[in-house]
Amino acid sequence: MPSTKNINVALIGNPNTGKTSVFNQLTGLNQQVGNYPGITVEKKVGFCKLPYNTKANILDLPGTYSLNASSIDENVVIEMLLNKNDKLYPDVALVITDVENLKRNLLLFTQIKDLEIPTILVINMADRMVHKGISLNIPYLEEKFKTRIAVISSRKGHGMDELKDLIVHYNSLSTEPCLNASSIDPEYFGQLRKTFPNQLLYKLWLVITQDVNFLNLERNEIRNSFTKSHSDLKRLQQKETIKRYQFINDVLKEGQQIDLTVAKDFRSKLDLVLTHKFWGYVIFFGILFVIFQSIFEWSAMPMDFIDSTFAALSNWTAETMPPGILTNLISQGIIPGIGGILIFIPQIAFLFLFISILEESGYMSRVVFLMDKIMRRFGLSGKSVVPLISGTACAIPAIMATRNIENWKERLITILVTPFTTCSARLPVYAIIIALVIPDKRILGFLNMQGLTLMLLYLLGFATAILSASLLNKILKIKGKTYFVVEMPGYKLPLFKNVAINVIEETKAFVFGAGKIILAISVILWFLASNGPGPEFENAQKIVTEQNVGRPLSPAQFENAVASQKVENSYIGLMGKSIEPVISPLGYDWKIGIAVISSFAAREVFVGTLATIYSVGDSDNEVTIKNKMQSEVNPKTKVPVFNFASGISLLLFYAFALQCASTLAVTRKETNGWKWPIIQLICMSGLAYVVALTAYQLLAP
Amino acid sequence: MRNTIAQLKKGEKAIILEFDVEAIPLKLLEMGCLPGNMVELLQIAPFGDPLYLNINGSHLAIRLETAREIEVDILKNL
Repeated sequence: MPSTKNINVALIGNPNTGKTSVFNQLTGLNQQVGNYPGITVEKKVGFCKLPYNTKANILDLPGTYSLNASSIDENVVIEMLLNKNDKLYPDVALVITDVENLKRNLLLFTQIKDLEIPTILVINMADRMVHKGISLNIPYLEEKFKTRIAVISSRKGHGMDELKDLIVHYNSLSTEPCLNASSIDPEYFGQLRKTFPNQLLYKLWLVITQDVNFLNLERNEIRNSFTKSHSDLKRLQQKETIKRYQFINDVLKEGQQIDLTVAKDFRSKLDLVLTHKFWGYVIFFGILFVIFQSIFEWSAMPMDFIDSTFAALSNWTAETMPPGILTNLISQGIIPGIGGILIFIPQIAFLFLFISILEESGYMSRVVFLMDKIMRRFGLSGKSVVPLISGTACAIPAIMATRNIENWKERLITILVTPFTTCSARLPVYAIIIALVIPDKRILGFLNMQGLTLMLLYLLGFATAILSASLLNKILKIKGKTYFVVEMPGYKLPLFKNVAINVIEETKAFVFGAGKIILAISVILWFLASNGPGPEFENAQKIVTEQNVGRPLSPAQFENAVASQKVENSYIGLMGKSIEPVISPLGYDWKIGIAVISSFAAREVFVGTLATIYSVGDSDNEVTIKNKMQSEVNPKTKVPVFNFASGISLLLFYAFALQCASTLAVTRKETNGWKWPIIQLICMSGLAYVVALTAYQLLAP
Repeated sequence: MRNTIAQLKKGEKAIILEFDVEAIPLKLLEMGCLPGNMVELLQIAPFGDPLYLNINGSHLAIRLETAREIEVDILKNL
């Protein structure tokens, strides 16, 4: 009977079965649907109203091929299903299957059934049955699989009412397993049952074979008395898998008919072109070219708009609010800080738009297939292509996207080299320095030198990533069998709704994740720059007045001079001066040094910091900053501070240095410790220093 | 020496024979790569590796080194 408490429903299924689409249909709370295996990595919970006034919590578990976990994402599924005390432990599990891949998808279903959780078999993508000549005998399948079946199409929204009805009546579902898997080794499993009479046999088996957290107290005990050699266990797992497939094959022989004469196949025709040894690469690089072009072309206008809006807002606040610390904090710290986050939204949104279209359509798997052999020469995997491409937006989602690389060494190398790709945060730094030191001229009549420099910097990023990967490949001694299995899903037209949701979710994640740090840094920076320890800071006004006795200053000039005096003697100014010996061989003065330090947390802070230091006040008015930077002259040598040598040195420094605290945090999370992020930091920043030093010393006037 | 998946030509089909469990990732077994099942080589990637297969109805790609571990009986002209 329908109960008053919320029913917990778990969605389980192989990748590419439209599981997340089902989730969207049930909850309306929108999430991402991907065609690339392993895209759902977080725990996603939604809420659904069912008939008879029943309500349900819907949990979208990461896609998994079986309960034998081979990745972190798959572990999540097992731990959830083994832990009865979890507050989301399912009252009913929906196993989502794709009608075209029923045989393979059912393997997971038989495993879930063995956990004796009430289970509904959901056969999705039913709208493709006609094209593929598939017909199903549902009553027969229900009888054999000891379950109820919902035939739906989540893309079209068909069959959802019937599914909801089945969920409400989950109490009437059978919890009996549909096959007896323990018959693969009756003696062993008989012993196991005798020793732990109160535990489910299949759960015990999972604990023995998997590295999951379950019954921590008993786990060692179970392992010790029932351990087998690794190869014996694997042999048993193989036997188990064969046993399950035998059962599934037998049932499908009766319950499923496929008329191959009807089946239409445009997959093979598309594959022929997209994975062609020549055209495949032409298309891939063509797509990349279009993506980069449009990211820069299309986002220029909204970025300018955000830029000028925040500049105006900052000005307005400063003029409207009563002068004081609070006003300064808001107009110089918080508003530019928020502006510095929001300005990246257009680029990030466009990048994720393209990436999710490529994933949704199934094309990404073809790129993996096409690039694997080439990438392997550098110690990477075909699957590293996706992180390296998305690294041009931001290294953080890119590093998370390495999770489906099975081989630990290849995955680690991908994580370590991904930050070399030119992320969107380097762009503002590159833009202003290029504008300062590279002449706005054309060579050969059509190549703009500034644009060319920017392109070279992007290429430099990719090349460094690849080269350091092959170096790491030689240095790192990590054993472990390399293996590589990638599913090649059928092509699908991307659903607008799914793509839109993905873009929104990813952009939100950026704004609230990376954004917090950028904002915090801006505020700290503002504090450090507007406070100082000594009388030189306190009495700035007096000092400037004394220095300029007899020289008439306009009010604006006077204010600028005071601000400069203050910054020079503020906490950050003193910090900058103390590191000057380290950075002057690179061609930087103390002001650039501060900008470099403060942009350690996030590169894009660089421009804002220089703006603050050069007391331009309005940090978003690029012309003013640019003019100010251009007219900066080294007091000793009378050489402009931003000359060709120091500019190139800065560009190279930013191309290599790991100036991003969030990247370190995500590397720590993905590698489970501080060892790799620290190595990453030291190596990248060391390289940056050496290269920038060499460049400056060679080019210096 | 017996044939392996690595020896298949494009478009050829074969039946999977016994193989060394240690050499094959479990994930591949679970995707249907099991003795007795049919495998068809759909595409070979440029530079000869990886291989794009249809195993028991599943479309997937594996590397040559894994393909060499899986012995098969090649079906002629079916």
